[in-house]
Amino acid sequence: MHRAPDPIVRMESVEKRFNAGGATTAALSDIDLRIRPGEFVSLIGPSGCGKSTLLRIIADLIEPTAGKVEVNGKAAARARHDRDYGMVFQAPVLFDWRTIEANVELPLEVMGVARGERRRRRDEMLALVELSEFGAYYPWQLSGGMQQRAAIARALAFEPKLLLMDEPFGALDEMTRERMNDELLRIWERTGTTIVFVTHSIPEAVFLSSRVVVMTPRPGRITSLIEVDLPRPRNEATRESEGYFELVTAVREALRTAHGGTIPEAAPLVSDEPAGIG
Amino acid sequence: MIRLNRLPGVLRAVAAFVAILILIGIAWEAAKWLAGDPLRHTPWGVVDPPHIPPFVIKQFNDTNLPHVWDVIGAFFQPATRNSQFSLGAVLIDAAVFTGRNALVGFGIGALFGLLLAVVFVRSRLLERALVPYVIASQTVPIIALAPMLVLWVGTGWTSVALVSAYLTFFPVTIAGIRGLTSPDPRALELMRSYAARWSTVLWKVRFPAALPYLFTAAKISATASVVGAIVGEEPTGIRGGLGRAILEFNTQYTTGPQKLWATVMVAAALGIVFFAAVRLTEMIVLRDRAASGEP
Repeated sequence: MHRAPDPIVRMESVEKRFNAGGATTAALSDIDLRIRPGEFVSLIGPSGCGKSTLLRIIADLIEPTAGKVEVNGKAAARARHDRDYGMVFQAPVLFDWRTIEANVELPLEVMGVARGERRRRRDEMLALVELSEFGAYYPWQLSGGMQQRAAIARALAFEPKLLLMDEPFGALDEMTRERMNDELLRIWERTGTTIVFVTHSIPEAVFLSSRVVVMTPRPGRITSLIEVDLPRPRNEATRESEGYFELVTAVREALRTAHGGTIPEAAPLVSDEPAGIG
Repeated sequence: MIRLNRLPGVLRAVAAFVAILILIGIAWEAAKWLAGDPLRHTPWGVVDPPHIPPFVIKQFNDTNLPHVWDVIGAFFQPATRNSQFSLGAVLIDAAVFTGRNALVGFGIGALFGLLLAVVFVRSRLLERALVPYVIASQTVPIIALAPMLVLWVGTGWTSVALVSAYLTFFPVTIAGIRGLTSPDPRALELMRSYAARWSTVLWKVRFPAALPYLFTAAKISATASVVGAIVGEEPTGIRGGLGRAILEFNTQYTTGPQKLWATVMVAAALGIVFFAAVRLTEMIVLRDRAASGEP
């Protein structure tokens, strides 16, 4: 029997407390999480449950108050310095003085990759997200969905093993969102990257993931881990299958039971506000 | 009738400018016609009998408000009583002289302003410590500062350029701080996720984001640098520039007011040239960005 591969993300007893004007809020408490390489893991929960904070702790953009974080077998800070992960936010955060191509090249420039190699990878990524004809356009000339695809291309440009996504499709309309879900799965299958995906949407979490991590606020905790064993590749048929509805219900129930029978109320913003890049 | 909406933007702006200039000229003469000095001759001949305006307003007499044709005519007459050069030629030379000093001052001031902005963005501590002094420096009247500058640096065009730089750097610093800190915090998080150095973030993110703000400041600084160069000529006693011309024609005002007016027009034109140069540069450098609607 073969050994399970080492987790690509390992968090042990992680805690995060924010001090806002004298009052301390426990954004995250007692977080234990192991993510296997190649998994697609969603973090779901209401606003204020700490999912964005958790993501940023993995990214070493926020330091935990306590606990251990390992990414790719190293301390999170080392992993960041080694550029082991790419990141996508809810807004595309593209630079409007650069063309789409130049935006996708940005991480490669920062990492000192030679120009020929940069061009090659950039073109490969643009083809992957189906934006090849739009390379010379500027971000403001593209729709929201296309900009987000460009942001994904940028995040994958340097072929990281891990992709961290913070509600990347939250700002898109329902149809575009479903289309982007399909595209993301296609990209995931092509690249084999591990994806940690923060979302508000129960259907989206179930459709995309191999595992759903359910979180609740006050303090931010993981209340359950739900395996999503729906067959792949997933498509329209999946969205209409019984298994899918059962799992959506299961996730909804998990969110409910953690709060004694009601969907938990969103916590006040201050407890989930990332402290910024400080 | 010219179809104004057919002409392209720049042409329209120039046409509007000229039209307003003509309107000002007409209003000017109309004011004098109604309330100025009696009109005896025009370039087109003697007015016989002389026109006596129905009202009298002292400010509209020939000393305070010389006739438009006298001001324009002054460009073509000798600059001073025994000069061989026309006033127009002298003023253009003076404008070039002052313009050169202003350009150097603008360059130094803009560079220094930007440097200061970068330092302040890098170190909040330095910003909090030094910004009050920077602001105080601008409230000291330049008339007091310029002679001190001359004592330190000496007379000569360097002092003039320094005075010009002094009035230039402040808008650039303030706008620079704003612009350098304008990027979306998530863009900075992104750069952190790439483990980028501070200097890389400055060059690839903060500086491009700051450019629109810097150009806005540059437009203010462009005109301020011209003012600085003109004002700086007085304490340095330097000859050959618009500042000196203004001082000289000021003393001759009662006998030849049109010369001072002509000089003022040339100084204004110099300021406009600087502004237009900045605007042109902006249109080229920022051509790919979404339009801002700024003049």
